[in-house]
Amino acid sequence: MPTTRTDRLDIRSSDDVVKVRQQTRTMAVAAGLSLVDQTKIITAASELARNTLDYGGGGEVHMEVLEDGGRRGVRMVFEDRGPGIANIEQAMRDGFTSGSGLGLGLGGAKRLSNEFKIESTPGSGTKITIGRWKA
Amino acid sequence: MDRIPILKLGNALLVTIQVDMHDRLATALEEDLTSKIVAFGAKGVLIDISALEIVDSFIGRMLDNIAAVSRILDADTVVVGMRPAVAITLVELGLSLSGVKTALNVERGMALIQSRLEEFDADDED
Repeated sequence: MPTTRTDRLDIRSSDDVVKVRQQTRTMAVAAGLSLVDQTKIITAASELARNTLDYGGGGEVHMEVLEDGGRRGVRMVFEDRGPGIANIEQAMRDGFTSGSGLGLGLGGAKRLSNEFKIESTPGSGTKITIGRWKA
Repeated sequence: MDRIPILKLGNALLVTIQVDMHDRLATALEEDLTSKIVAFGAKGVLIDISALEIVDSFIGRMLDNIAAVSRILDADTVVVGMRPAVAITLVELGLSLSGVKTALNVERGMALIQSRLEEFDADDED
């Protein structure tokens, strides 16, 4: 699948979460997503960037604009080397939080994306991939 | 640190959020608003979010908190100017903002606050 544009950002502070939102918008516009789809993927990215910071102890995100035949979209991979998630099923459930948040981040990010994949190993980190395709 | 300005408008407070807020800025706004409600004896808080491109769970929780705290302090909170794409996304995210009153724009939000005050005045006369 050809990639037309890539970027990588560190997530170390709440200012970086703002930068992730802004860069996600740039990518979503480049992919030609509608305004509602842009809003959804930016919101999902904001949730995951904050999780990376608050629960993963910081990390990074890779983002790309993809082109697959006639299809265009954005894919983002959030990675941290934090404590990992022991029970993914529980973490995905709305309302569950191990911190002070609302517990909507993971489930919400999944609902706002067309693609969602989560890989986590307790003790070594978490990797979450989301994608949104142009409708 | 930057602060979001809070304006006094009659017996209400008006906050226009014009920047993409980082989390600490949102938390500071919550604290500033609470102390200004008390300082001015404000009966209403209008929060204009028409410039916000997204509302995620953190900002959503901030709006809910402000509404809950101002209610305890006898002030009504009205969130105005939410973009349609933001409303659609919020519902899908799982946030219904059930404790927050909303209006289409500042004018209608102000009317909502005034109508509540008039209701109370009318009750007093009974």
